[in-house]
Amino acid sequence: MTVYLAPQSVKYKRMSLDIRVKPRKERKDMNRKKITPYLYLSPIIIVFCILLVYPIYQVISFSVKDNVIVNPTPHFVGLANFSKIISSGEFWKSLKNSLEFSVVSLIFHMILGIAFALMLNSSLLNSRFRGIVRALYIVPWTFTVSIVAILWRLMLNNSGIINTILGLSIDWFGNRALAAKTVIFVNIWCSYPFYMISILAALQGISPVYYEAASIDGANSIQRFFKITIPHLRPVMISLMLLDFIWSMQQLSLTYITTGGGPIGSSETIGTYTYNLAFKNYQFSMASASAVIMMLLCLVIAIFYVRRQSRLD
Amino acid sequence: MKKSTKTRLTKILIEIGLLVGLIYALFPVIWMISCAFKTNTEVFTVPQRIIPRNPTADAFTSVLTDSAKLRYFLNSYVVALVTTAITLFVAILAGYALSRYDFKGKKPLNAFIIITQAVPPITLLIPYFGMLVLFGLYDSYWAMIVTYLVFTLPYATIMITGYINTLPKDLDEAVAIDGGSTWCVLWRVLVPISKPGLVATAIYTFLQCWNEYLFALCLTKSGEMRTVPIGIQLLMGQITYSWNEMMAMSILGSIPIIILFVFAQNYFIAGLSAGAIKS
Repeated sequence: MTVYLAPQSVKYKRMSLDIRVKPRKERKDMNRKKITPYLYLSPIIIVFCILLVYPIYQVISFSVKDNVIVNPTPHFVGLANFSKIISSGEFWKSLKNSLEFSVVSLIFHMILGIAFALMLNSSLLNSRFRGIVRALYIVPWTFTVSIVAILWRLMLNNSGIINTILGLSIDWFGNRALAAKTVIFVNIWCSYPFYMISILAALQGISPVYYEAASIDGANSIQRFFKITIPHLRPVMISLMLLDFIWSMQQLSLTYITTGGGPIGSSETIGTYTYNLAFKNYQFSMASASAVIMMLLCLVIAIFYVRRQSRLD
Repeated sequence: MKKSTKTRLTKILIEIGLLVGLIYALFPVIWMISCAFKTNTEVFTVPQRIIPRNPTADAFTSVLTDSAKLRYFLNSYVVALVTTAITLFVAILAGYALSRYDFKGKKPLNAFIIITQAVPPITLLIPYFGMLVLFGLYDSYWAMIVTYLVFTLPYATIMITGYINTLPKDLDEAVAIDGGSTWCVLWRVLVPISKPGLVATAIYTFLQCWNEYLFALCLTKSGEMRTVPIGIQLLMGQITYSWNEMMAMSILGSIPIIILFVFAQNYFIAGLSAGAIKS
């Protein structure tokens, strides 16, 4: 050991000697080394300033003025837009819908994600078969939102295939009691693969040693699932749930194309509510206030997510 | 003996479970394909069949011979490819700095990059709309290319930083000792050996751009600038729904993604699962 260590320590001493001999060059190098990372980061920093920092500043400033964009000389109105939004029943209804959408989607994403991932991870299947099935399971996730929406509008039409199979004739997206639930169902279908794949990757990261040890100790499969699998999956699952919640709260495209928020606002989400304020009614200030509220809601959850991620690093 | 029966039973149960899952996942897709090969009147004809009575590719021909619809495809390719190229370039530079240097503000920057993914697109869309009109970019390719960077860059940077982190620092030092600049280290050494990570990032970025809907809807208005996701929805706006054409166009619109998926499945899955697990 000492034999191998010796030359290294000698080299180290020589290097530190070099610094003392040539201080000026070294200092110049150090300065350059300090600036270099910022040079490499400058493009992304510029992009973020233009596309994030400034627009966020602007949307906040829109939210405290009377009608911007449409009105050339807007006035400062304080929090009037916010109080108007908070006192509107529509806002609370769409917030409630969004929460329902997020929570129900999240639960089913996790259930389907774990169930499919566990089955796909089973060592009883041959790996070729497993690969093909895994690929097929991801297919719904590869479609763009308008394809998903139109496909399900076809299938859930009054005389569509789903009604034919069920022997019913329901207009799923046009029914006040069912519209919001139907959109949630479609959302679960088109986004579960993301959670399934992430959970599957986490499952594959669990060392088989744990299971072998547990088997030797006589643990049955249910005990192994709750004592080994679940604890190992927990960090990934919490991250996934936070992400899912953030994304679902922002969801608007699927609702917009399938139901347009209707009928009579029954499937309105906070996303479609904000969108309609801005791009249908041209009330950009009100829309900005609503968009700021949405952003704050998402950022609160995101802070938990960031703190988790930096701890995991 | 008893144990092997139990294993066989478990295997059968798993296979049944997977089959049920497959029906759930794929029945809508099969139905899409089926309807694309039907005439529009057959789509709702009772009894509805998976195998069309008289399979026809009319829906595909009518999409592929319509120059307005072909334009949607061209637009989607231009926007997705250009955005992917810019994203990769900027994210490689940023990923290199984040992986190889310690500098003031690194931690907040990392946190910022993660947190940007939580900003709702609609919140940004309102100011973007005004900004793009002001700069005369509204209803142009640039309107989409520039704004797409806001959601492609954070993810690409996280992925590339993660990938470079896995490469040993000795490589950089060897080149540096030979007198190579950091620029040289990055493009001559790190980028070539990061190919798997870069391909996964590129595929994921392309997919995000190809499938983007909301920005494309609000930041363009003319038929010449519409992308495939909007084009498919526009077919629905017509008085009589031609469902078979919509399904044919959905299939055609998914082809680039399906090709990436079939030929680069492992990269695809690596990109898909990288975000939540190790970001």
